Amino acid sequence: MSAAPVEPVMSEAIELDQAEQDTRRRRKQSRWFATLFLAPTVIGIGLFTVIPIIASFVLAFFEWDIISNPKFVGLANFTDIATDPTVRVSFLNTILFVIAAVTLQLAVALGLAVLVQSKMPNFMRSFFRSVFFFPLILSAASVSIMMSYLFNQNFGLVNHFLGKVGIPAVPWLNSETGAIVMIVLVYVWQNFGFSFLLFLGGLASVPKEVYEASSMDGASGWRQFWRITLPLISPTMLVASVMAIIAALQIFDQPYVITRGGPGDATRTAVMVIYESAFQQLRFGRASAIGIVLTVLIMLVTALQFRLSRRFVFYS
Amino acid sequence: MTTKTTAVESASSKASRTPGIPHHAWYAPSKLGKYVILLIGTLLTLGPVLWTISTSLRPVTESLGASANLIPSSLDFGSYREVFEQVDMKLLILNSVLVTAACAIGQMITAAMAGYVFAKVDFRGRNALFAIVLATMMVPMQVTIVPVFMLIRGMGLSDTLLALILPAIPTAFGTFLMRQYFLGLPDELSEAAQIDGAGPWRTFFSIFAPLATPGMAIVGILAFNYHWNEFFRPLIMTISEENFTLPLGLVSLQGNMGTGSVATVLAGVVISMIPALGVFMFGQRTLREGLTAGSHR
Repeated sequence: MSAAPVEPVMSEAIELDQAEQDTRRRRKQSRWFATLFLAPTVIGIGLFTVIPIIASFVLAFFEWDIISNPKFVGLANFTDIATDPTVRVSFLNTILFVIAAVTLQLAVALGLAVLVQSKMPNFMRSFFRSVFFFPLILSAASVSIMMSYLFNQNFGLVNHFLGKVGIPAVPWLNSETGAIVMIVLVYVWQNFGFSFLLFLGGLASVPKEVYEASSMDGASGWRQFWRITLPLISPTMLVASVMAIIAALQIFDQPYVITRGGPGDATRTAVMVIYESAFQQLRFGRASAIGIVLTVLIMLVTALQFRLSRRFVFYS
Repeated sequence: MTTKTTAVESASSKASRTPGIPHHAWYAPSKLGKYVILLIGTLLTLGPVLWTISTSLRPVTESLGASANLIPSSLDFGSYREVFEQVDMKLLILNSVLVTAACAIGQMITAAMAGYVFAKVDFRGRNALFAIVLATMMVPMQVTIVPVFMLIRGMGLSDTLLALILPAIPTAFGTFLMRQYFLGLPDELSEAAQIDGAGPWRTFFSIFAPLATPGMAIVGILAFNYHWNEFFRPLIMTISEENFTLPLGLVSLQGNMGTGSVATVLAGVVISMIPALGVFMFGQRTLREGLTAGSHR
C-alpha cells in the first residue's frame, strides 16, 4: 500500500544489494523469532517429557529408593514383576477391565449416537447431546465419591432400586465381582460421552443418499445398520475403540478412590501398582519397569490401529 | 414395537428434512421406543448428579437412608457450612483455582507461540521437531511421573503448587491444536504484512494473534477442565494438606469422615462441580470441538 514506486534513477547494483541485505536481515530476525517462540514448549517438553522417558528406561534397570545410591540390577526388575503375583493380577485385571469397559462404552455410545442422530427436533437433539456429554467434564475423583455412596450396600440408591424389583442387596464393595462390576459401571458412566461425540461426528458424515437408495430397495432398519452404517463409520469405530482402549488401560482414579484396589487385589490396576511401587514402597526402578510394560501395551494398540486401518477399514 | 412403522417413518423422514442436519432414514423403530431409550439414558446420566445436589441440600438427618424422593423435605444449607468447617475449603478452592488458571493461561500462550512457528515459519528441521513433539503424546503420563517427581524434587519444588504447574505448561496436544488452527489461516496475511515491511514479531502480534483467539480458547477450556479435575498428579506431587487441590481434599475428607456425613462430603462434591457446570453452559461447543479434535487426522 505505502510502498513508493522504485526510483528509476537508482542504479541496479545498489538496488540488488539493498534487497539482499533486506532478506538477510529478515531471515536473521525470523530465526530469532522462531527460537524464542519455540523455546518454552520445546525446552518444557524436553525437560518434562523426553528426558523423563529416557530416564524411565534407564531407571528400569536400577534399584533405587531415592535415599541410597542407585544400584544396577540388569533385568531383575522385569523378571521380578513377571513373577510377582500382585503385578500379574493387576495387569490381568487391567486387561479384563479394558475389554469389559470398552465394549460396554462403545455399545452404549453407538446406540445412543444412532438414536440422537435419527430424525428428531433440533432442540431435542442438542438437549440429548449435552446430557450424554455431561459426565465427561466432571472430576473422576468427585464422581467416584458420589458413586461410592450410591452403590453403598446398605443405604445406597442402587441397591434400593434393585430391591424394588426383587434383587437382594448386592455387596458392591465387599465382593470381588461386585467391586469389578461397579468400577466398570462408574468408569463407563463417566466416559461413554467421549465415544458418543466421536460417533455423532462419524454418523453425520455418512451421506444420506446411501440410506435413501437402500430403503427404496426395501432394506429394513437393522439390515441397514449392519450393512451400511457400521461399514461406513468403520474409520470412526476404529479411532473410537483405540482411544477408548488407551484411556482405559490407564485407569487409576476410580479404583483408587472407591476400592483402593480391593477386596484383595480384585480391582488393583496397572497404574495403581506403578503408584504403589514408586510412592509407597519407594521402589522407583520397579515402578519404571511396570510403566514400560504398560507403554509397550499402549504402543501395541496404536500399531494395531495402523495395521487394521490399512486392511479392514472402509474409506470412502 | 420395532418394525411395524418402518415404511411410514422412513417415508415421512424423507419428506420433512431440516436442511443442514443429516437425518438417517434407516433408523425407524416406533418413535415411542426411541424416546423411551433416550429418556432412560438421560435419567441414568443425570440421576446421580441430581441425587448428589439434592442430598447435599437435605437436613443431615434425612441424608442417611435411601430416600429415593429427589426433592428434600426442606432446604438446608447446613452441609455447606459443615464442609467449610471440616476442611479448609477456602484454601482447597484457592489452590485449585491457582493451579488451573496458571496451567490454562500458560498452555494457551506457549501453545499459540509454538503452534504458530510450526505452522507459519520455515526453518530447517521443523518437521522433525514437530514429529518429536507429537510422538511425546503417545507416552502415558504414568510412565514419566517418576522421573518428573525426581526432577521436581531436585529443583526443590516438591510439595508446592509449582510442582503441579510447571510440568503442565508445555503441551504437545495444545501445540498440535494451535498448529492446525494457524494452518487454517491463509499465508497471504503474512505475505501482505511483509510487503508492508512488518517483521515476524509485528506479523504475529498484530495479525495472527488476534485471529487465533478461538483456537486459544479451545486450548484454554480443555486445560481448565483437565487440571480442575485431575487427581493423579496432585496425589503424587503434594504431601501437606495446605497444598492439596479440591479433588484431593475431597477424597481425603471422605476417607476421614467415613459414611457418617454423606451430605457434608456431597456438599464438597457439588462445589467441585460448579466450575465444570459453568464451562458446560458457556463453553460446551468449544470443549466438544477440542475433545474430539485429536481424533481427526
